[in-house]
Formats: sequence, C-alpha cells, structure tokens
Amino acid sequence: MKNDIITLTVNGRDVKNLQVTGKKGQTVLEVLRGNGVYVPTLCHHPKMPPYGGCRLCIVEIENMRGLPPTCTTPAVDGMVVHTHTERVTRVRKTVLELLLAYGNHNCLTCEQNGACELQNLVYEHGIEHVRFKTDFVPKHIDDTNPMIVRDQNKCVLCGRCVRGCLQVQVNGVIDIAARGSDSYITTFDNKTLKESNCLYCGQCVQSCPVGALTEKKAKGMGRQWELEKVRTTCPYCGVGCQLNLHVKDGRIARVSAVEGALPNDGRICVKGRFGYDWIYSEERLKTPLIKENGGFREASWDEALNLVAAKFTEIKEKYGPDAIAGVSSSRSINEDSYQMQKLFRSVIGTNNIDNCART
Amino acid sequence: MTNSFQDFAKAKLILAIGTNMTEAHPVSSSFVKNAVQNGADLIVVDPRRTGLAEHATMHLPIKVGSDIALLNSLMHVLITEDLYDKEYVKSCCVGFDELKAKVMEYPPERGAEISGIDAETIRKVARRLAEVRPGMLAYTLGITEHTCGMNNVLSCANLQMLLGNVGFDCGGVNPLRGQNNVQGACDMGALPNVFPGYQQVADAKARAKFEAAWGVKNLPEKPGLMMPQMMDGLLDGKVKAFYIFGENLANTEPDIRHVEHCLDSAEFLVCNDLFETETTRFADVILPAAGWSENDGTFANSERRVNRVRTVSKAPGVSMPNWWIFKEIAARMGHKWESSSARELWDNEISVLAPALGGIKYDRIEGDGLQWPCPTETHPGTPTLHRDGKFTCGLGNLVPVDWTPPAEVPDAEYPFVLSTGRRLYHYHTRTQTGRSAGINEILGEETADISAADAKALGIEHGEMIKVKSRRGEVTVKENITEQVPPGMVWMAFHFREGCANWLTNPVFDPVTKTAEYKACAVQLAKL
Ligand code: SF4
Ligand code: SF4
Ligand code: SF4
Ligand code: FES
Repeated sequence: MKNDIITLTVNGRDVKNLQVTGKKGQTVLEVLRGNGVYVPTLCHHPKMPPYGGCRLCIVEIENMRGLPPTCTTPAVDGMVVHTHTERVTRVRKTVLELLLAYGNHNCLTCEQNGACELQNLVYEHGIEHVRFKTDFVPKHIDDTNPMIVRDQNKCVLCGRCVRGCLQVQVNGVIDIAARGSDSYITTFDNKTLKESNCLYCGQCVQSCPVGALTEKKAKGMGRQWELEKVRTTCPYCGVGCQLNLHVKDGRIARVSAVEGALPNDGRICVKGRFGYDWIYSEERLKTPLIKENGGFREASWDEALNLVAAKFTEIKEKYGPDAIAGVSSSRSINEDSYQMQKLFRSVIGTNNIDNCART
Repeated sequence: MTNSFQDFAKAKLILAIGTNMTEAHPVSSSFVKNAVQNGADLIVVDPRRTGLAEHATMHLPIKVGSDIALLNSLMHVLITEDLYDKEYVKSCCVGFDELKAKVMEYPPERGAEISGIDAETIRKVARRLAEVRPGMLAYTLGITEHTCGMNNVLSCANLQMLLGNVGFDCGGVNPLRGQNNVQGACDMGALPNVFPGYQQVADAKARAKFEAAWGVKNLPEKPGLMMPQMMDGLLDGKVKAFYIFGENLANTEPDIRHVEHCLDSAEFLVCNDLFETETTRFADVILPAAGWSENDGTFANSERRVNRVRTVSKAPGVSMPNWWIFKEIAARMGHKWESSSARELWDNEISVLAPALGGIKYDRIEGDGLQWPCPTETHPGTPTLHRDGKFTCGLGNLVPVDWTPPAEVPDAEYPFVLSTGRRLYHYHTRTQTGRSAGINEILGEETADISAADAKALGIEHGEMIKVKSRRGEVTVKENITEQVPPGMVWMAFHFREGCANWLTNPVFDPVTKTAEYKACAVQLAKL
C-alpha cells in the first residue's frame, strides 16, 4: 500500500542528506541497511528479534532526545538521522573501549581473528589504547565438552547465542545471568555445557560475533583468511541442509550453515556441524580387497573389476540375469544410483535393483 | 513431501504423527518449534513423549501400531459432525462413500479402545483440525515401519484430503525421508519396478525409450525383487550374486542372525564401501569408494529439492567414485558408457530421461537447489504438489483402510513392546558419526529406554545392565529410565553393534512396500 511507504533523510559516513525509503513497521536500522547505509552493530542479528544491548547502533535523530539505538527504534516518516556525528562516534568508542577493558581479547591466537566483529569495529574506530583501568577478573573457560569452547573472557554479552539457542533452534539451553559488568552467559543451574541439555547444534557458535564461542575441532586448523568456503549438502538426514565447508589445503577446518539458503536458512544440527571428520579416518578403505582363505588381500582395480565382471557374466550365463541382485545406497549421490540401476538393467539384464528406501 | 520445509515455520497447525523430528530431522523440528512460538497448534501423535511432544499443544500417546484406529476415528468425527471439506472432497477426490462406510465402523469409542486415547480427546482433536486450516501433516518411519505401513500412509492421506488440506502452502502430507538421499535413490530408479523418473519397467514405451538411450535391446519387463525378497532369494538359491552398495545390511535389517545367514549364503557378494563393516565381512570383493566431499554430485532431499554436493579433497588411496566403478564393470561386460563425470551423467542422461527433472541442470543449482517436478529449463521448480487440489494423477483417491495390529504383540512370555528408531547424535550404524571425533563421547553406547514404573517393578536401577530378549535373539544393554517412554514399552536404536535393536526386531514386512516392522515386536526384560 502506498501510505505504508516512509521516507527518512540520512547524514552518515558516506552520505549527505540522502533520502531513503522504507516500510512502516521497520526499525530505523532495517530502513538504513535496506538502503545500503552503514551503521555499526554488534548485538543485532538479522534473523533474531532485536535486543538493543550493545549501543553501537546509536544515532542522533532530529527532534528526538538522547542517542536512540537504531535496531530497536521504529522508523517514522520524515525522520532526519545522523549516523556519524562526533557525539555518536565518541560514545561508540567508549563502548568499545569498555568492552576491551572488561575482557581479555588476545587476537593473536583467537580462532575468530579476521572474522571478528569486535576486531573490525575496534579497527574501524582506530582504538589503539584502552584508557580505562578496571577490576576485571579473568573469567571461566568451559572446554569440558568435545565440541564447543566457551571463553567468557572474549564475550561481549551481545546475547546472540542466547537468542540463537532459544529463538532459532528453540533449544533454550543458555541465558544471560547476573547484571552489568558481572553478567555472563550460562546454562540453567550454572552447569557446564557438557552437563547441560545442550544438543551441540552449534547455533550459538555460528551466532557469536567474536571468539567467545568456537569449535574445538577447528582449533589450529587455519586462520579465517586462509579458509576457502565450499558450499555443499549435509550427508546425513533427509532435510538436506546446506553447509559451508571451511577448507584449508583440501582439509575441512570447520563447518557452518549457509545463511539465507534453502531449505535450512542458516541452521544445522550436531551431525551436520560436527560429523565430518570421518573422511580422514585411518580406517578408510584404500584399495580393492579380494577374499582369500577366509581373509582379505589387496588387489588392483583391474584384478578386482575383472573378477566381478567375470563372476557376474558366469552367473548370468549359468542361472540367468535374475540370479543377480543389487541394493543401491540411499546415502550416496544420485549419479551413483542412476549408474547402478543402469548396470543392472542394461548390462546384467534384470530389474533386481532396490535401495534402502524402507529404513 | 507434498510441501516444503519452510512451510513448517509458517504453518498454523501441524499434526506430527510417528515422527521423532527433534532427533531424526533436527533442523526441520526447529521450524516446527518456530511455528509454535508464533502461535501455531502442534499436535503430536507418538507413543513416546518425544522432544517434539514437549513443545506440543496436545500430545496423544497412542499405543504402538494403533494409528489407523485413531485416524479413522478422527475422520468419523469429521464426517458425523459434518466438519469435513465437502467442496474439496466433491471436486477433487473420489471414493468418499467407501471411505465413509469404513470410518463409520470406528466411532471415537472404538478408536479410544484401540489407541488408548479417550474418545473426548479424539473429538476435540478432530474439531481443532477442522477449525484451523490448512494444517500440515508430517510423518516419518513411525507410520511406515509397520506391517500396515502402506495403510497407515493411505490413512494419513485420507485425513488430509477429507480436510481439504492437500495442495496448499502449509498443508499437505509430508513424509520426512530418513536418509539424505533416499528420495534421490528412488528418483533415480534404484527400485525394482521403475526406471529413473518413476517410469514403469512394465511399460513397453518406457522400455523402448531407455533401450534407445542406453543403446541396448530387450530391457527386462518383469519388475525385480525388493530387498527382503533378495535376502530370501539368497537362502533359497534363486539369487546367487549380490551387490551391496554403501549399506550395512548386517546391522540395519531386522533379525541380524537371519540377515547374516542370508549374506553368508551368497555365492558371490560384492560391496562398494568406505570402510570395512559388519556386512563387508561376507563379501568376496570389496571396492573402495570416494565418499561425501570427495566427489561432485547431487542429493535430493525430502522436499524433492536437488542440491549440489561438492569436492574438497581426494579420496584415500586408489578409492574411486561409485559411478566410475559401475562404469568400469559395464565396460568389462562389453558396454562402453560415455558420461565420465557426475555432471555429465546428470546433465546428459538423468535430466534428459526423467521428465520431472528435465529442467534441472548443474548450472541452475549452483546456489539453492530446485524442487521437482521441474520439466523445463525456465521452470522455477515445484514447492507444493497438487496445487489447489488438482492432483497430478487426476482426482485424489480416498482409500478405506482397516486397522490391523502389529504382527507380534506382547503376551505373558514377552510382555513388553519394543519400538526402535534413531537418536540425535549418531547416524545408522555409526560408520561415519562413530568416526567423527567427539560424537562417541557425547553418546557412547546403546541403551534400552524404559519407564520408571517398569524399572521399579523389575527391581532395576537407572543405568544397570539388563537383558532384553525376543523370539529372535537377546542383547545385554544398559537400561535408561526415562519419562519419554510409557509403561509397557522399551525403546532402542540400532547405532551400536552391541545392543543393536536389530538382534531383536521382527522380520515381518508390509505386504506391498516390504518395509519391516521395526516399530513393534514383543520382548522380555530381565535383571542380570
Ligand atoms: S550448541 Fe545449540 S543447544 Fe547447545 S547451547 Fe549452543 S545453541 Fe544451544
Ligand atoms: S558468547 Fe558470543 S554470542 Fe554469546 S553473548 Fe558472548 S559474545 Fe555474544
Ligand atoms: S544438519 Fe542435521 S538436520 Fe540438517 S541435513 Fe544434516 S543431519 Fe539433517
Ligand atoms: S546493534 Fe543495536 S544495540 Fe546492539
């Protein structure tokens, strides 16, 4: 509808008196982002309800008092927004310095180095020294479970993990406890993740803007900028989640869910996220094997394939094609199944081909 | 699935029957739970109080194998209270009178007696289903893994058609397929009666088409054997050579002792696999295959979406892609095949031969995949089947079905029902998840899940080792007291060889689909 359209005027980092349009019901941030106008954020995540906790997205809006956060402020027709005034930038810097002061951000070995939203913001604001001396006491690192490392010293209390767990995956395992600078993320009853009801979907890890939540198996597997992203499909259940494999030198360092992709829209489960490294197992078959005297011996492809072809031919000639039967894999790719049924129908000459469709 | 996963998040009502979605299809369940957060009704029908039931507005803990009685009673209420969609039934369906005659035999009181859900609740659910439309019905193996699996499916479809729910966004009949590419294996014609794209082998025209495409004569017209029949064939000598590609039948099929006896009887057994498994022990030749992320290709998910799979590394040793292995065997039997990559196979053969896949080409599915039917290269794919109740096959068939009990029910000697399935952390026989670091640490062994009441009656402590015995075999397994399982029931999975439920399960099958009754057999429990 026409009168649903609203127009805002923006003065910002790269824009002057720019007219932008949005729809009634959107937040100021949504209108600005929708028009490609930059505003820094930290606690905001496009797929989660707004939280308004970090105060990085503050702006000045004419005829409004204070510095309203854009992520929770409804956009109103005619608003004039200033995203980068001196006052706004000063507050943002203070916020960032406080975050640094109340944490222990050792980027040198952090897995998130290079993909960290805090690091980017600090760089963008040119913060080289932290002016504040605080009574910060190092916090607890929970690495008792096999999958997820939680380093509270890097936590910026954005609450994205909590919303990811509760509102995206609807598992509700974690929450923010205590108040102010004493706040921390914890499970109910203050247990470690291992002792909690955590299902290791890793939505919290994927939601975390910093290195406070990381995959244990990714540790030391490669810096963020060395990793190449390869999109693929999860090999486990029939949902067919879209995964990004983060690969260094042909080896998977970690797995994440592809945001905005169908069908899973940025979500995966424990199997999709952590069930990948069997491909490197030492127990993988590496060569054809032929049974001999009750055991198996290694063989070349030629020997093994010739044996199979000869046996099939012999059995077909002796008993007819229907004496041969095959079961295809419901786990492997379409092209493999196609090829197997083609072998059975057009070469062997039987329709005795099935798959595990029933389990 | 007639519909798509994204529909779950937007649905107003979801009837989830026989689907342990939070464990078997976790991401799908997250969309269902989102819908509930947004105010949708979630009605969960499951003997167990599953993770999904925890989020339900109503949980109906039916007795194992009583689905049809419940569904028929729901339809009884819809018809007697005049709540069904008369317009839809009249214009889109056939067989109403026959269906009506049958469900009239199932007043809610009878449904209650069989299912254990009281008649008033059945009425309430039926009214709710009629009130909030369209509603989505989702099911998984709790429906199909019964001797009456086929009838269970028909009954689910009857209900949704009676409600006029098929053919609309956020409606439909939605089986969530268990394995990642079981949809695709069927689409590809790895079935005894159809070529790729569900073209019947019995149809002379279809045979002529494939004969021309494959350059052969006389493709066989008689449908082949289904897997359980192949097993029996190994025993009675009708099947001499058996080729198993990437399946660990010795752990996944019911009655392991019987299955192993069948495999042992094969004159010649070939396996393509990634690892040595309990099944490859019986092989004469094991061929090492490239695995996931070691070759390019496609999977088709439950919503009929064809997605790309990509290579990141080379398979170990001399392992090769399975399609290459089959091609080489064909060559050695005198058939030269042209395609020499998965992409060539798909673009030049599969999508050319299967009309529903005709418009799906690799360059169209670089990002999100496409849902079939997708007949042309400009077609956007089909998220919802039977749009507006216009059934692909003409009119929707209402088929009257009767309730039948499981083949084996508890008795004095074997007083518990054993039902089986999957758990969140592992996949099937753990050939993969069991070798992924950390997962065994989260779930390291099989358990027999029972109720506190039964544990107490048997004098068993939580976590004690117990013996579970059926007419097929017995296992020693750790017992786990849980509120999920009602008294009289034992629930187990098949992830661990020791304590695998399939030592116990009953090798009886649905007469049409040949799906085994994994969901019901009788067992006894004993303290060690
Ligand atoms: S891994 Fe998943 S279940 Fe566990 S805390 Fe994170 S989001 Fe919640
Ligand atoms: S752990 Fe990460 S996502 Fe959670 S509150 Fe801290 S910084 Fe935010
Ligand atoms: S990530 Fe989980 S839900 Fe998604 S396809 Fe894989 S196994 Fe299924
Ligand atoms: S992004 Fe708006 S307050 Fe954090």
